[in-house]
Amino acid sequence: MTSHVVNESTVVLAIETSCDETAASVVMGGNDVLSSIVSSQIEIHARFGGVVPEVASRAHLEALIPVVNAAITEAGIVPPRVDVVAATAGPGLIGALLVGVSAAKSLALVWDKPFVGVNHLEAHLYAGLLDDPTLQFPLVVLLVSGGHTMIIEMRGHGDYAIMGRTIDDAAGEAYDKVARYLQLGYPGGPAIDKIAPSGNPHAVEFPRAMMHDGLDVSFSGLKTSVINYVKKNPDVSNVDVAASFQAAVVDVLCAKTIRAAQKVGAKGIVLGGGVSANSLLRSEMTARGAAAGFTVALPSRDMCTDNAAMIAAAAWHRLASDGPTSLSCGAYPNLKLDAVPR
Amino acid sequence: MILGIETSVDHVGVAVGDYRGIRAHSMLASDRRHAESLTPMIQFVLQQADATMADLSTIAVDVGPGLFTGMRVGIASAASLAWALELPVVPVCSLDALAMNAEWSDNVVAASLDARRGEVYWSLYRMRGVGMEPLRLTEPVVSSPEDMAVHLADRGEDITCVGTGFIRHAALFEDVPWALMAGEPHAFPTAQQVVVLASHRIAADDTVGAGKITPMYLRAPDAEINWLTREAAQ
Repeated sequence: MTSHVVNESTVVLAIETSCDETAASVVMGGNDVLSSIVSSQIEIHARFGGVVPEVASRAHLEALIPVVNAAITEAGIVPPRVDVVAATAGPGLIGALLVGVSAAKSLALVWDKPFVGVNHLEAHLYAGLLDDPTLQFPLVVLLVSGGHTMIIEMRGHGDYAIMGRTIDDAAGEAYDKVARYLQLGYPGGPAIDKIAPSGNPHAVEFPRAMMHDGLDVSFSGLKTSVINYVKKNPDVSNVDVAASFQAAVVDVLCAKTIRAAQKVGAKGIVLGGGVSANSLLRSEMTARGAAAGFTVALPSRDMCTDNAAMIAAAAWHRLASDGPTSLSCGAYPNLKLDAVPR
Repeated sequence: MILGIETSVDHVGVAVGDYRGIRAHSMLASDRRHAESLTPMIQFVLQQADATMADLSTIAVDVGPGLFTGMRVGIASAASLAWALELPVVPVCSLDALAMNAEWSDNVVAASLDARRGEVYWSLYRMRGVGMEPLRLTEPVVSSPEDMAVHLADRGEDITCVGTGFIRHAALFEDVPWALMAGEPHAFPTAQQVVVLASHRIAADDTVGAGKITPMYLRAPDAEINWLTREAAQ
């Protein structure tokens, strides 16, 4: 494996198709976002109450060329200006990932440029750095989405340690399931976030599982408590239940993340993943982090959810350290945070 | 020159050529590692043909019916190549390409691919002569092999049967006098056939833009089927 010269003028075109957003982005020098196009499939999956893999794969294929074309056009560049072509290689839905990987490898082949297969989890860590390049290591990153809930120590580029993770449901999954039960719509995170502010977060004291027990988290029990509570109290206000549920999730995530930051002497706390677009999580983490003496970096909501700019940023760093990925790269649905696609 | 891509069945194939013939081709019984194999194979076949990307004038791709994930690997690659090279695309139906395996046949040709879950994709053709494009007599459909057998028997004529759809359900066609089975060597469409068919379509100016390739799924995603059934039941 050979490292590759990358610098401030290196232009990366990245494609992201791991779940339900078809995205393409052009980023120069690892952090100058020239374009970031995201075509969301949320409406397509809403009637099913969750992401359906085959439906997602079909939609990715349909959106692929228009999205890539828009990324190039909006960046105001001509295709030969692209120095590197990247795509999310995992983790994610295999059929969905293969659309982006196949496209990116083909473009790399046509243009005779290096291809980089990117780890989607690693890319989420770079979303925070894209918005604030002044952040200093070590950082503690709370990565919360529909598929993942992890507290990660980021010691440097490519140097991570998972400090805590969910032992059952991801936070976003718990939001979706509770929202579905309360008939608030899909996706659950934004639905609950929207109505929770008008409810009483102390109306029901839902359990904070494993609150004082290490850095792992668990949301399965919370979800069950919500359902049982509503069954026993059918007249309870949905808004109060949503607010109380959200308060419990955010309480646990903030407490554990700050404890992790204290443990490693972090120079900052960064949020990443779709759930980090949640208003209460953002305000609570900022306030409680500051009270504990930590700078809290909140990536813009566009950077929290799946996007290709973070894929391009991660590719820029990976190309510098590990060199290009082989054109025989496939998709890795269960890729771990510290694994580099080959 | 035409680049042909075949990924809608178990194997992966790439060929380059034009109306005069195939210049180079490669095939891998891939065990469904389509994405891993395809890009390096395109690179290899072009090298073997002593050609570069700049020599290509059209991208042709099998758009199914077939393996959904495999089809998408081929289509996403073809679309990206065509977009970057600003070339037209010829989408080729897998069954049309498969029927070319029986281009010698004077009988009606039935092309059928195993669709799994006890179903087959199939359509009927008449060959117009060696090297000519097969003429479709029926549009591609997905059905049970029994339904296909009934349709074929109803024609009351000898039929040349090609493809995995017949091999997988061979028992249904044993001792059936009208069924002439083409057998294992003719069971799959190939990238060479994709190129040959594309050369006819180019002559007829029948091409699409990179963003306009429509996959031929013939079957809705399971979730949609379940959802529609549930809606209908309510």
